[in-house]
Amino acid sequence: MDGVIDQDLDKEQKIDLYRSMYLIRRFEERAAHLRQQGFIPGFLHPYVGQEGVAVGVCAALEEGDVITSTHRGHGHMLARGADPARMYAELYARQDGYNRAKGGSLHLIDVELGFLGANGIVGGGIPLATGAALQKKREGRGRVAVSFFGDGATNEGSFHESLNLASLWSLPVVYVCENNFYGEFTPQHKHQPITEIARRADSYAMEGVVVEGNHVLEMREATLAAVQRARAGEGPTLIEARTYRHRGHYEGDMARYRPPGELEEWLARDPLRLFEQHLSAEGVEDARLDEVQTGVEETLDEAARFAEASPHPLPAEALEDVYMEPHDGRALR
Amino acid sequence: MRSLPYRDAIREALIEEMERDPDVILIGEDIGEAGGAFGVTRRLQRQFGPDRVYDTPISEEAIVGAAVGAALVGARPVVEVMFGDFVTLAMDMLVNQAAKTCYMTGGRIGAPVTVRMVTGTAGATAGQHSQSLEAWFVHTPGVKVVAPSNAGDAKALMKAAIRDPDPVMVFEHKLLYGRRDPVPDQVDPLPLGVGRVVREGDDVTVVSYLHTLYAALEAAESLEAEGISVEVLDPRSLVPFDRGLLASSLRKTGRLVVAHEAPGRGGVGAEIAAMAAEEMWDCLRAPVVRVCGRNTPMPYAPEMEGFVIPDAERIADGIRATVKRPTARRQSF
Repeated sequence: MDGVIDQDLDKEQKIDLYRSMYLIRRFEERAAHLRQQGFIPGFLHPYVGQEGVAVGVCAALEEGDVITSTHRGHGHMLARGADPARMYAELYARQDGYNRAKGGSLHLIDVELGFLGANGIVGGGIPLATGAALQKKREGRGRVAVSFFGDGATNEGSFHESLNLASLWSLPVVYVCENNFYGEFTPQHKHQPITEIARRADSYAMEGVVVEGNHVLEMREATLAAVQRARAGEGPTLIEARTYRHRGHYEGDMARYRPPGELEEWLARDPLRLFEQHLSAEGVEDARLDEVQTGVEETLDEAARFAEASPHPLPAEALEDVYMEPHDGRALR
Repeated sequence: MRSLPYRDAIREALIEEMERDPDVILIGEDIGEAGGAFGVTRRLQRQFGPDRVYDTPISEEAIVGAAVGAALVGARPVVEVMFGDFVTLAMDMLVNQAAKTCYMTGGRIGAPVTVRMVTGTAGATAGQHSQSLEAWFVHTPGVKVVAPSNAGDAKALMKAAIRDPDPVMVFEHKLLYGRRDPVPDQVDPLPLGVGRVVREGDDVTVVSYLHTLYAALEAAESLEAEGISVEVLDPRSLVPFDRGLLASSLRKTGRLVVAHEAPGRGGVGAEIAAMAAEEMWDCLRAPVVRVCGRNTPMPYAPEMEGFVIPDAERIADGIRATVKRPTARRQSF
């Protein structure tokens, strides 16, 4: 990670980034375990291995900026500062969840945080971020939208339509493609005839860059540059962040479609290990990181307790919240 | 009172809402300098500027998605779908995204987007430019559906739709754009879910909307000579639907005919018939009759098109059947 722009970050700020990455890692590992124990009824798509991307990108954002996410969205939401207790409560399908138990993992959302939602549809968040960027541009306060999506989503029409529109209108949006080299179970070479997704930006007269997604500081640096362009009215950027998911597409997927040795290669480039090495070289002592880890474990212990203590919804709550304005209930059955 | 074409009444609603609220923006294909394929937005870009009236590439998913995304962060977008058939290209953004926003945030936020659907046949417009797709949206909890049949209602319902905190689909029939009706100088928003008795009668209730309403009225006039007194209801909004108005009319007449241009199978008429059978059974003295579009794609040839969509004659036949043959078990029109 030599040569990255990190002079503006002091040691404590870097430790904060590490905390955020470790929180995501452990949130996901614990979620897998909690699901096995029967606390979580629905799907989970773990973000383990991709933490450098979410944390690096969100470190370049400010209050008022917004993001859209994906089915693999816990990392983005945590990196944006969400409360892990309310996230677990949602995964547990309890009343205190972010979605009042009406969404689950695929639909986590906190608009007050600027987190416009995970999404169950591949590519579904890309037009939404584009529209949010349009409104941010109209407001004229220099705010931006970021859309996370995977390599699979770049074959969706929503991706191409959105990039065309955003470039045409110079919208303040950053498209972050997390290329983890698999669209669900299908390797990249079998789902698209290109290897460098960033080149798709060329079609839309847009800046496209490839970044090592497992290097959190490189991610942050690339995002800062893109965000700066966006805030200056110079339009969108497509960032291809190369990364890898350590677990299956969903929790329970054994990922037998991976060639032998591939996971091991990527484990050697685990974003947490890489950043630990960087911090160590910067003089951060192991004891300090242990302390951070202990703090995260305590936070997650508390989060799981909160989720378990949260009441189950009543079945008939299903009838509420279909509309913001139900017209006194008249005829909306 | 002045008389105004339906098209101009809608334009006035857009102008007044844009003047009232700077967050009301228009998005659609050719709606700027070209004024829209049917002239509804004529001169609006000149009046409000390109930052209020967005002329877009032909990218329905990105257009609707951008509108929904902008709505999530404060805009009040009004989308024109040049031909309602093209909404097929944007269904994810409406059905999976906008319709679920309120519900899956536990009522915390909505997606206040208005989608103007240019709908129905206009003479040899064939299978991809003349469909009536309102039933799809009636079947989608989370969206509201309105279908104004005259200029005054079009203006009042458009204002209500734009101010509504939920996604509202506004179906505008192509053959109504040129129709003139009295419109007061000042039109207030009409609450959704309030239908109207267009013509009073005692023997049978006909529910119809959009262009077919006028065929129903013609049928009602012609049956006067046969001594059949027909009441005609225009629900104006399909979701919410004015059940009270239907019930009070059926208490009087005891007979129900539903007429619309969309195919009968799985259509709005089926829903209204079921509503009457389930909730107003005590009022019914005869089987409900539906007079609807045939269950075919829309053919090109004018004589076939005329055969497929219901006209006054076919509606009159349906009315006669329910009035004169109250015990008829099954009759197909």
